[in-house]
Amino acid sequence: MMNNDIAITARGLDVHRGGAHVLRGITLDVPRGSVVGLLGPSGSGKSTLIRAVVGVQRNVTGDLTVLGVPAGTPALRRRVGYVTQAPSVYDDLSVHANVAYFGRMVGAPAARAAESIAEVGLADKARARVADLSGGQRSRVSLASALVGEPELLVLDEPTVGLDPVLRRDLWAMFHRIAARGRTLLVSSHVMDEATRCDRLLLLRDGRLVADTTPADLMRDTGATDAEAAFLALIDRAEVAP
Amino acid sequence: MNPRLVAATAARVLRQLRADHRTVALLVVVPCVLIGLLSWVYNGTPVFDRIGAALLGVFPFTVMFVVTSVATLRERASGTLERLLTTPMAKADFMFGYALAFGLAAVVQALIATGFAVYVAGLDVRGPLWALVVVAVADAVLGSALGLLASGFANSEFQAVQFMPAVVLPQFLLCGLILPRDQLPSVLQGVSDVLPLSFAVDAMQAVAARTDPWGDVGPDMGVIAVWIVGALLLGSLTLRRRTE
Repeated sequence: MMNNDIAITARGLDVHRGGAHVLRGITLDVPRGSVVGLLGPSGSGKSTLIRAVVGVQRNVTGDLTVLGVPAGTPALRRRVGYVTQAPSVYDDLSVHANVAYFGRMVGAPAARAAESIAEVGLADKARARVADLSGGQRSRVSLASALVGEPELLVLDEPTVGLDPVLRRDLWAMFHRIAARGRTLLVSSHVMDEATRCDRLLLLRDGRLVADTTPADLMRDTGATDAEAAFLALIDRAEVAP
Repeated sequence: MNPRLVAATAARVLRQLRADHRTVALLVVVPCVLIGLLSWVYNGTPVFDRIGAALLGVFPFTVMFVVTSVATLRERASGTLERLLTTPMAKADFMFGYALAFGLAAVVQALIATGFAVYVAGLDVRGPLWALVVVAVADAVLGSALGLLASGFANSEFQAVQFMPAVVLPQFLLCGLILPRDQLPSVLQGVSDVLPLSFAVDAMQAVAARTDPWGDVGPDMGVIAVWIVGALLLGSLTLRRRTE
């Protein structure tokens, strides 16, 4: 079934890696134009799911449809932006040279480089070498290198790790501005408190999807007062159930 | 293959190279120092004229092999390669971008090293000097192509650097500089007849010895071209979009 309101559809998705069963029967829908949080402890399979969506993960079985076509289809390379967990940029180049280069790869207009650098708050560092930046600034260069192509779907693996709270709030505000323009963001995080900043939540544990919900529904269903307690309540419930 | 992406990648690689002043200095100065040393060692003998030109082909091959294998390994380790392969960039764009960048760097290196060898060290070259530069650039591209292939088998920069003696030294021993190839034991001669550095050295020596060297240089360049294409094709198999 084709549905233009859905950005990502998974049905019975499994991934095996090095003999381990990393993702088990994942079934989910990510609506377009929303910020969807992919939350779970480290080792729960978040990065593997993200890699499957982007089409770089081997040994994926089951159905995975991205923007209406199977994940990994060449036509998606211009439409999906991917930001890896470790900043994947060139340390020996300037911020602008990095973003401009990745922009050229996706056919973005030259002026987009400066714009996306400004969007991540690095306008005053555009000429600085990436090697001379802090860890948080580096990961924002990596983010700008994905924003530059204005992808329909932006997939971000732990983009807010190690950032100070003000910056984190600014980035989440930016994610929502991008989503308001009809684009979709899938953002992973192991910090449960970030759940409240998302439109929808996917909770992952041990390769299984524990919940596909909204922050408000999660709190109401579990009666918890914060995201971490809600997550624990869900896990307890899953373990008590037969 | 998309020429725009090849050019953008070559420009990016050259920008990285240019930012690294010490590497640029080493690329240019080391061949000159070694050629100067060699002409001094063999001062007053005909040996320098026999092997000097051949060495002008060995330097770009060796240096570009190391530089490319380490640079590509870095792209694999830092995640930039995986990121590039999620964009519309084709594997060929990546590889030809590298080959173009290091080919251009080799032009600069070859011009300076050849100029030094002829005008400072007094190397006697009968053929056209620009032919030395052309062969040197082909050798550089060959070194880049093999380096790209080798980096696919290295998990660390330590391993990548070790591939240099493993790939380059046997070819150096068999290329005819230590002992003319027709005097090698027949098995080794057979091996040297397929190794690319043998043809590079052969072409360089032909340019040095004859005013009209094209009868030798043409076929030699053909073999080098086949090696370049073969290494790039095999190298493309080591660039994988989907990984574990």
